[in-house]
Amino acid sequence: MSIFEAIRLALTTIRVQKLKSFFTALGVCIGVMFLIAVVSIVDGMGRYMEDDLVGKLIAINSFELRHRPNIQIGDVDRETRLEYSRRQRILESDVQPVADALPEGTLWAMYSEANLNVESSFSRPRRAQITAVDGDFFEIKRIGVTNGRLFTAGELSLGANAVVVGPDLVERLFPTVDPVGREVRIAGKVYNVIGVGESLGKAFGISFDNYIYAPFRSPVHRALNREANAIDAMMIQTPSAEELVDVQETVRAVMRSRHGLRPAQRDDFSLQTADSALEFWNTIKGYLVLAGIALPAFGLVVGAIVIMNIMLVAVAERTHEIGIRKALGAKRRDILAQFLIEASTLSTFGAALGIAAGAALALLIRNTTPMPTYVAPWSIMVGVLVGAGVGIVSGVYPASRASLLDPVTALRQE
Amino acid sequence: MSNETEEAPLSTTAERQVIVEEAGKAPDKDWVIVTRGIKREYDMGGEIVRALRGVDLAVRRNEYVAIMGPSGSGKSTLMNLIGCLDTPTAGEYWLNGQLASRMKDDDLARVRNKEIGFVFQTFNLLPRATALHNVELPLVYAGVASAERKERAFEALKSVALGDRVHHRPNELSGGQRQRVAIARALVNRPSILLADEPTGNLDSSTSEEIMKVFESLAESGQTVIMVTHEPDIAAHARRVVVLRDGVIASDERKERFAAKMGF
Ligand SMILES: Nc1ncnc2c1ncn2[C@@H]1O[C@H](COP(=O)(O)OP(=O)(O)OP(=O)(O)O)[C@@H](O)[C@H]1O
Ligand SMILES: [Mg+2]
Repeated sequence: MSIFEAIRLALTTIRVQKLKSFFTALGVCIGVMFLIAVVSIVDGMGRYMEDDLVGKLIAINSFELRHRPNIQIGDVDRETRLEYSRRQRILESDVQPVADALPEGTLWAMYSEANLNVESSFSRPRRAQITAVDGDFFEIKRIGVTNGRLFTAGELSLGANAVVVGPDLVERLFPTVDPVGREVRIAGKVYNVIGVGESLGKAFGISFDNYIYAPFRSPVHRALNREANAIDAMMIQTPSAEELVDVQETVRAVMRSRHGLRPAQRDDFSLQTADSALEFWNTIKGYLVLAGIALPAFGLVVGAIVIMNIMLVAVAERTHEIGIRKALGAKRRDILAQFLIEASTLSTFGAALGIAAGAALALLIRNTTPMPTYVAPWSIMVGVLVGAGVGIVSGVYPASRASLLDPVTALRQE
Repeated sequence: MSNETEEAPLSTTAERQVIVEEAGKAPDKDWVIVTRGIKREYDMGGEIVRALRGVDLAVRRNEYVAIMGPSGSGKSTLMNLIGCLDTPTAGEYWLNGQLASRMKDDDLARVRNKEIGFVFQTFNLLPRATALHNVELPLVYAGVASAERKERAFEALKSVALGDRVHHRPNELSGGQRQRVAIARALVNRPSILLADEPTGNLDSSTSEEIMKVFESLAESGQTVIMVTHEPDIAAHARRVVVLRDGVIASDERKERFAAKMGF
């Protein structure tokens, strides 16, 4: 029998056994769809965290000087926590000496932040994240404005009562009017809105756009820090990754000498890099990857069970059919060719549907839930390989066994 | 065979010679089937069931043989072995001068395809395929091209008076019609023997008569036919009757003698 005839036979069988064919394709489809959807969630979160979220929290090639880390990796024991709580804060007066020690081309900024109520005459008071900034804050964070302007050097150094407002907050505070030139009230003081900042996006449904930036030396910083002259962090960005470690050592040396630490003493401040934030993310990702393997595996097992069940139900019938075919002169390879083509046609078809369904599901998840999904090409490959593999094996294996039987034995099955 | 009368049973004559005296040798062309002491045993979890306990049978070209015997005597087992649907546990089976009992899988497939037409009691048609496709199948496995296949399958269906039922599925046909589709399928590759295991076992008596007429006319046209039946009046159509009992041949006689014994 030629391969052409085998294809013909297989296609005839598929057409004739519509229901069985449908369920086989469905089984593969479910498996592949589930794999692609789940992987897209895990991958999407990973990409989001690495490219976006961490980049936004901590800009590239940068680190923060803090009195203690604000992103914790793993559990912190009691002793460490106690030590953290005894640390003195970074002071405004530390900033200039550190800045002076930085090499040419290095950017720096300092900031303090807190959540406070903001009022406008167009809305009730809203909670917002208020950050008082100085230095090259907007360059490092790469934040621009969509409306109005950023602070001038003069406004920053003089501490003008000016603010840049985030897009979400603008919508709440000024639902109907152009915000630029209007006033907001923070902790009893009035500030002029000079610009509307760019969107920083969101993660897991939490918007980062509910922000207000003000010059550090404006009155707002007194509302942000209980300790006068203290700052939350100083941010330092080197032109490229190579200088990062050297500059960290420079800053470390300046701070140690300012705190009068002897060589044996440990640092009583933290230099937090994007790496440490990434490390934090990696521990989360460990669980996600586990879920990313376990869940699709589960989906494929479900799909495989669906397929195998259908195949098993069909095995008695198919065994009888194989008996008939062998009695009429089919060779073993004729049987195998027919079943292989039948199973791979159905599985490929099912897998293709599964890709489409999985991608659609991923899109649906992205649009209806806070989870950012991303359909990775490898997940499509794996889905197709595994889904089609399961379909083919569960179609061909029983047929291969039945084709080894004497025709009488096969014919007895009904 | 104790009674050596002037009318010697077939098994003591030329058949005896080809089976016993030429043991181990390939029979000449005239013999379509020669079995020498074939056995078929089933191991049912330690207990050995001896379905055939050494059957010697020789069939010439153009013979019409009926196989009878009580239920469980091994008729179907013998037919399945002759039809190469099953393999004997011992003994020789020569089909058209070839040692079928030693053949490999692919050769057996070729033999089933080219030499043998098998008609089953339960028809064994592919339920979802049309009459035409069912009849076409042996030609598919013989590698016949599609157009010629269709032509020949159609001719075969016409020869069993089903020229107007080619696109019907088995469940759209009567029992007699299904069996005629099966006969057309058995004949479409022009086999050297036509085997039928109780071909009328599932049919009412008038339909049985109709099917028997088909076999009768095939036998008349020179087709070698071996048929299992329980009905003496159906066996009466055959020209030779082999009776099995407990897995061995109890008698093997020409129809006239057999009919006389049965009181026909
Ligand atoms: N697959 C099998 N496994 C075990 N025993 C079997 C098998 N097939 C047949 N037998 C046994 O072999 C013996 C002969 O069976 P066979 O079907 O050949 O009888 P039969 O003469 O065709 O009977 P019937 O007239 O009822 O069709 C019986 O005892 C039967 O139980
Ligand atoms: Mg039987």
